[in-house]
Amino acid sequence: MSTTMLWVVLIATSALCFAIKLVGHSVPERWLANARLQRINALIPIALLSALVIAEGLVTKTHVVVDHRLAGLAAALAALFAKAPFPVVVIAAAVTSALVYHLH
Amino acid sequence: MRDALSVALTVSVYGVAFGAASVAAGFSVVQSCLFSLLTFTGASQFAAVGVVASGGAGISAIAAAAMLGTRNALYGIQMAPLLKVKGLKRVAAAQITIDESTGVALAQAPRGTDAMRLGFWLTGTGVFIFWNVFTFIGAYGAKSLGNPASWGLDAAVPAAFLGLVWPRLETMYLRLVAASAVAFVLLVTPWMPAGLPIIASALVAVGFGWRER
Repeated sequence: MSTTMLWVVLIATSALCFAIKLVGHSVPERWLANARLQRINALIPIALLSALVIAEGLVTKTHVVVDHRLAGLAAALAALFAKAPFPVVVIAAAVTSALVYHLH
Repeated sequence: MRDALSVALTVSVYGVAFGAASVAAGFSVVQSCLFSLLTFTGASQFAAVGVVASGGAGISAIAAAAMLGTRNALYGIQMAPLLKVKGLKRVAAAQITIDESTGVALAQAPRGTDAMRLGFWLTGTGVFIFWNVFTFIGAYGAKSLGNPASWGLDAAVPAAFLGLVWPRLETMYLRLVAASAVAFVLLVTPWMPAGLPIIASALVAVGFGWRER
């Protein structure tokens, strides 16, 4: 992505995210009280974050690719099952992935 | 007070992870720091740099971040009647309306509205300071490391997303939503432009949330 586009992403994301916050502080409560909207809104982080795990860990451009990153993700998963705290999860993934990357 | 501090400290770890992810995606250290100052809502920032890292279009990155930011509007609706602020103070309150400040404020409910207000402002400003300082540390650190794959940074980013979603998967139903999003992305990836499957996965949330269970 070009430097200009990176700036566009940064500025537009910031402006939109702030506008969304300000809307919450400015509109009457009933506007966003719709039950369906709230149910969907509660599920969006789960759907998007799960999608990001795959898009970042198993995808290169438009292909599903199995490489060193998957080894890292497996280590992260193992750490999560062992109830490890967040930093341990991330470091376990990084170390495992780097090892496989260099051995390969 | 103790709640506010412990939350702010926890956030610093995510701040480092964000700084590193942002630099790995191609943003400069300055841009990464501006993200944390101006956007200041973790999941949205992670999503924006995540889409960029996966080679997605700018518009997909912005849309993914905005969708993850919508819950802050719902928090604002809950916080506004409590804070009762106007003008610049309202702008400041809006900027620090995030998961953590709202969460701590609501947790103070048994202690009355003054404690709730204090919880909101303390947590919001505390997280703001820690989040920004540690974003810089993460971004600067990642910049000095060089090739992301060589240090496992390219796996640390999806692992961070996994760490973010994991605590939310409290029930079988929520795990089913996550599994469906995973299956959806694997299925549509070959047929969609890069980055689009991430925002299209919101359809999974719409599908599950449409009807009352």
